[in-house]
Amino acid sequence: MAFNSGSVPLSLNSHRAVCNMEFTTQHLLALLPLLVVCATIVVVMLAIAWRRNHSQTFVLSGLGLNLALLSLIPAVKATPLAVTSLLLVDNFANFYIGLILVATLACVTLVHAYMGDDKVGFPGNRDELYLLILLAAAGGIVLVCAQHLAGLFIGLELLSVPVYGMVAYAFFNKRSLEAGIKYMVLSAAGSAFLLFGMALLYADAGTLSFAGIGAKLAATGAQSAMAQLGLGMMLVGLAFKLSLVPFHLWTPDVYEGAPAPVAAFLATASKVAVFVVMVRLFLLSPAANEGLLTTVLSVIAVASILVGNLLALLQNNLKRLLGYSSIAHFGYLLIAVIAGHGLAVEAVGVYLATYVLTSLGAFGVITLMSTPYSGRDADALYEYRGLFWRRPYLTAVLTVMMLSLAGIPLTSGFIGKFYVIMVGVQSHQWWLLAAMVLGSAIGVFYYLRVMVTLFLVEPNLHRHDAPFNWGQRTGGLMLVAVALLAFFLGVYPQPLLELVQHSTMALIH
Amino acid sequence: MILPWLILIPFIGGLLCWQAERFGNTLPRWIALLSMVLLFGLSLWLWTTGDFSRAPVPGADPVWAHEFKVLWIERFGITIHLAMDGLSVLMIVLTGLLGVLSVLCSWNEIQNRVGFFHLNLLWILGGVVGVFLAIDLFLFFFFWEMMLVPMYFLIALWGHSGSKGNTRINAATKFFIYTQASGLIMLIAILGLVFVNYSSTGVITFNYADLLKTKMSEGTEYILMLGFFIAFAVKFPVVPFHSWLPDAHAQAPTAGSVDLAGILLKTAAYGLLRFALPLFPHASAEFATIAMYLGVFAIIYGALLSFAQTDIKRLIAYSSVSHMGFVLIAIYSGSQIALQGAVVQMIAHGLSASALFILSGQLYERLHTRDMREMGGIWGRLPYLPAISLFFAAAALGLPGTGNFVGEFLILIGAFKAFPWFTIVAATGLVFGSVYSLIMIHRAYFGPTKSDDALRGMNAREMFMVLGLAVLLILLGVYPQPILDTSAATMHGVQQWLGAALPQLASGSL
Repeated sequence: MAFNSGSVPLSLNSHRAVCNMEFTTQHLLALLPLLVVCATIVVVMLAIAWRRNHSQTFVLSGLGLNLALLSLIPAVKATPLAVTSLLLVDNFANFYIGLILVATLACVTLVHAYMGDDKVGFPGNRDELYLLILLAAAGGIVLVCAQHLAGLFIGLELLSVPVYGMVAYAFFNKRSLEAGIKYMVLSAAGSAFLLFGMALLYADAGTLSFAGIGAKLAATGAQSAMAQLGLGMMLVGLAFKLSLVPFHLWTPDVYEGAPAPVAAFLATASKVAVFVVMVRLFLLSPAANEGLLTTVLSVIAVASILVGNLLALLQNNLKRLLGYSSIAHFGYLLIAVIAGHGLAVEAVGVYLATYVLTSLGAFGVITLMSTPYSGRDADALYEYRGLFWRRPYLTAVLTVMMLSLAGIPLTSGFIGKFYVIMVGVQSHQWWLLAAMVLGSAIGVFYYLRVMVTLFLVEPNLHRHDAPFNWGQRTGGLMLVAVALLAFFLGVYPQPLLELVQHSTMALIH
Repeated sequence: MILPWLILIPFIGGLLCWQAERFGNTLPRWIALLSMVLLFGLSLWLWTTGDFSRAPVPGADPVWAHEFKVLWIERFGITIHLAMDGLSVLMIVLTGLLGVLSVLCSWNEIQNRVGFFHLNLLWILGGVVGVFLAIDLFLFFFFWEMMLVPMYFLIALWGHSGSKGNTRINAATKFFIYTQASGLIMLIAILGLVFVNYSSTGVITFNYADLLKTKMSEGTEYILMLGFFIAFAVKFPVVPFHSWLPDAHAQAPTAGSVDLAGILLKTAAYGLLRFALPLFPHASAEFATIAMYLGVFAIIYGALLSFAQTDIKRLIAYSSVSHMGFVLIAIYSGSQIALQGAVVQMIAHGLSASALFILSGQLYERLHTRDMREMGGIWGRLPYLPAISLFFAAAALGLPGTGNFVGEFLILIGAFKAFPWFTIVAATGLVFGSVYSLIMIHRAYFGPTKSDDALRGMNAREMFMVLGLAVLLILLGVYPQPILDTSAATMHGVQQWLGAALPQLASGSL
């Protein structure tokens, strides 16, 4: 079960040696999801140029994403395969491509609901948001396939730059604009750190490929100060994107300011992609996973868990609360990365999948509550008071999501948490586990607070309400599906576990 | 095939209740009552037909009276493995009985969101039955955590608003956080045990029978045992971890209090008997003295605090702490007689505490207060109820002829041999017990009246519930043999586990 630090780089190198020469159909097949998404981007762009029609853009984007999901089937058959020296499409990548595509698809349906129809809704141009989301998704796909620092950077920027635009999409709203600028500045700072780290690492190892760096670091034995510094700075850059403490300051503001479906994308697809590339970097370069850096990671994990949960404790804004809770959740996930062997990769997969599901559900409910767009999202907790007695099914969805975030059995979140604890126990990370127990106990408080608010007696206050026919809209259907899936995976997680188990094998061998 | 139905009936019944709400408030009540009667009947049938001489004992693969096994999560060898022996059947019969009662006692009390209320009520009971049946550790934990959510809702949504800023939501949250955090510690201990087992056998399994054979070093065993113990100690509740209990009880609706005192606390004792002791016999033996201290302290402390309460439900809640202290002593005494006493005590306390909660609920419906300073002189204003309360108060203080007496007597006599001093101190708890029980009766029912208006008498439903409980309690007091016979084999096994490890330690320490 343990990773064999020697054999991984070797097998990858041999892959490249064989496949690097020319582009065959196999390569195209392996890259098919990415190609389909890119084609969709072009088609959507041309369609917008031809005729602005909200429904048309939505249908085209949805169609393209579904096609991309379908194209995963031939892609899986063609992989694992290194497509150029930048990208490695293996089962590990395919799993996360699927996850990103599903999350994007869900966000797109939410956007459609959020924008409203011809009469009411978003006042500005609606179509470009789809374009930006698709672009960001393409960046995410590149990112999860990256096996080379250049690939990593291209993917990361392709992911981040459209997100600036998405966060500030409702730019006539001060908070949205402010959030966009904030995210852009901090994200750019993160990228600068990342680039500097890469440069240092390159200076030390003389290669940009993950496997090459790993081999080099393993060969030299003790890590040089420069390599450690390089990896440390890369970690800072990635931690910015993942909003790990102490690089989390942007998170609540951006989550609050961004339009709800964009926040959903930010919390799911964007974070998954960045986290996956971090896992790949740190697990494929085994030398990166020991010594000082592990200590730093542990401190970051504990700080994220505690700070995230503590700051969420008294939040009265649901979006900010979810933002803080996502900080804590990525702290939990770091435990698996720090453990680094055994079930770690599997745990990351399961946790990310359940987290994506849960976040989509939670943000989905906020989106539908704020639908159609009317200047301000329904994100204050008091607007959710007594929701159960007005919208029982919407409330049921949010309740399942809160329980899932808290990790209570019968929901998928429990399975994810179970996995992380399992990995922690397996690798004897007692301090991290203690932080996790403490964090969960704190977390339960605010998840319960949200939950019980939904059921409290209804005040005479109806500022925002989900439209009565929300269940008929695509967004509503998607939400119900997400909630059912979260429940189903909580009761019978075996299919997900098999999928994830299958997708990690390719990385190990 | 019958065992999963014991769990499914409450869950399905709960869903039906929820949906039946659209046809009025009465239908959900009847559905809930029906499913609980069904559960009770089924458990009684299993009790009469099962062979309860089959129970797990050390040194052999555990055997059960009824068993059910189906693969669940293949990846980790997790199965839906349910099994029943003498201990679990008694607990499930108790669950079924109190389930029926908690539906009945909410008949008038709960008037809004009736369907959703019964959904939560039934799901609690389903989760509890799951805890009593599961012998796959993952499944056990699954039910253990799962039953918190409906209990939380029950307290938070239908509870009574408390005094002095003690809102029902705070009480519910406190309950949830205590049990959830301690539950996670147990999960870590479970996984620790699984991996210890994995490192020697190479198989990941959560199965009770396989984990019983785990070989581990003394230090590891002790730490893992502590992980289990903390989770059970919070639910028990053992004194430093008890502070959620009075709040939760005081704020909960009557049905919630009945479930909490009657069966939820018993899941902890059951967990110790089923898991903590057999899985970690040596560590438990080593820990026995500390557990004794905790138990004795809980008995005295619970009794003293009970005496000081003005809220009648808080008083009963603290008396639960005191009574469960006896059970803790019995569990760690390593004596078969005391263990048998613990079973009787658990059942008797389940019946008497539930009855007292039901009575205080009925009192609340009439007076709209739980504060004993507002009561007084009720004896003259209300027929029957004070007298019945007096009976149950007498039962709670361990009057001969009631089940509580049998339980406490067996516990004290069994524990005396190995732990004489602890037993002597614990016995003083009986004296304190009479003090707080009688003061409760005195404050609530005697003394000067606050008003001369006659109160509404008890109707047939209310009468039936408490008199039924009284009859059962007397039956248990004069003829406990069927209970003792049923649990004998299981308790014998537990005794052997602990007894084998205890002597070498006991000779040194006391």
